[in-house]
Amino acid sequence: MISFEHVSKTYPNGVKGLKDINLTIGDGEFVSIIGLSGAGKSTLLRAVNRLIDITEGEITVNGVSVTKAGKKQLREIRRHIGMISQNFNLVKRSTVQKNVLSGRLGYYSTIKSILGLFSKEDYERTREALESVGLLDRLHTRSDELSGGQQQRVSIARTLVQQADVILADEPVASLDPITSRKILSDLQKINREMGKTILVNIHSVEMAKAFSTRIIAMKSGEVVFDGTPEELDGEALTRIYGRNILEEKEEEADET
Amino acid sequence: MKLKDTIHYNWYKHLFVVFLLLVCVLGSAALTEADFSEVFENADQIGIFMGRLAHPDFSYIPDILDPMVKTLKMSVVGTVIGVLFAVPFAFLATTTVTRNPVVTGIIRFFLDIIRTIPNLLLAALLVAVIGIGEATGVLTIAVFTFGMVSQLIYESIETIDYGPIEAAESVGANKVQIAVWAVAPQILAQIASYTFYAFEVNVRASTVLGYVGAGGIGVVLNSSLALLKYERVSIIILTILVVVAIVDTLSEMIRRRLA
Repeated sequence: MISFEHVSKTYPNGVKGLKDINLTIGDGEFVSIIGLSGAGKSTLLRAVNRLIDITEGEITVNGVSVTKAGKKQLREIRRHIGMISQNFNLVKRSTVQKNVLSGRLGYYSTIKSILGLFSKEDYERTREALESVGLLDRLHTRSDELSGGQQQRVSIARTLVQQADVILADEPVASLDPITSRKILSDLQKINREMGKTILVNIHSVEMAKAFSTRIIAMKSGEVVFDGTPEELDGEALTRIYGRNILEEKEEEADET
Repeated sequence: MKLKDTIHYNWYKHLFVVFLLLVCVLGSAALTEADFSEVFENADQIGIFMGRLAHPDFSYIPDILDPMVKTLKMSVVGTVIGVLFAVPFAFLATTTVTRNPVVTGIIRFFLDIIRTIPNLLLAALLVAVIGIGEATGVLTIAVFTFGMVSQLIYESIETIDYGPIEAAESVGANKVQIAVWAVAPQILAQIASYTFYAFEVNVRASTVLGYVGAGGIGVVLNSSLALLKYERVSIIILTILVVVAIVDTLSEMIRRRLA
């Protein structure tokens, strides 16, 4: 369970990223966060594993405070939170296997990880994770030889070997075509349903958010302006979020053509 | 068509630059009392010198092979030692790895000082401290390589993709793990490439280190010059030229493969 209590973030230049956010996200939810660029979606997501420090309030993950955690504690918390991003964040020159295996870093001592002394189980976990995203045959391929969609699946595999309970996905499909986007999101959906992992996704496509998630949160200028099921996200709510009803406009465009 | 409509519309600026350059050249010539006529008056000396240089003493080759090989050995050992020390310091010289501007600042200041010492001066200093010989040459090359390569590496660390660092951080990796797993793989090829580049530079530089007593081919070159044996000087220079050319070509080939 992730909870936000009166969370605010003011950037050093005075910009308010988040304004008094109060949210509780239960285990096994698939939450899509939508909103305009600059609305605070990324800030919200990155605050969960403290890649961004918040300035007020408190965030807890599974009852442990992320905000108050010391260095060591934070590393421990981060082990349980997987993250995938728009840019895949893979070491492009390294093999798929190495990239996936790096998801286990948080479980190893410095010296063991430098020498590459990973356990048999972890190699097995890597194989399993790659199998579940359908890339087992690419184990020794250099990551930059893969397509964008494949690279994103490698980064999903990395969060799987990490055995995280929570997966944060920062615009995972923003740089992918619609077909690949759907595949990635259904992969995430499968992980959510079959392994019961909590998933938080930042996403621009309202249609995809509605199609895949169990809950939608909308942000506008650092505030939560909508929080509900995909069914509740109607034209009126969209107008509130985006200033106009974007889904309806699309339908009209489709009618005209 | 008027002049101001052409690409020469600010001709007076260009003229001013030319004027400034002329003032600088003539001014510095006057200050250092340089006299160009001397160059031409001594032309016959140049002729004699060049004439003797044009007759390299090939029979001397067996005697210079050994010092030449020594020079190469000095370069290899010096380069390897220098790079080995440069890598950890380069990592500490970036805030990407340390997240600590103070540590990074101190390390960089230290590296800056090392780099400001000219090669030959360093060799002369080390000769005074350690004594004449190849060991001094190796140490000089190592220190010089350390300064040069550490800067090249930390500058390339600053241009890496930040994504993998964030990813490693988000799985709970510590700083050392981030350096080894997210930073190092991105720059390994570059480090290898810089190593060969440094080796290239070092072979060239080490040929003259013997001048101040730091061993290798420079010693032979120095004594031949002092004894006015220009035929020998000529063959030494030719040998150096050939070796440097071979090393440069090889290293360039390898570096291209690495990129």
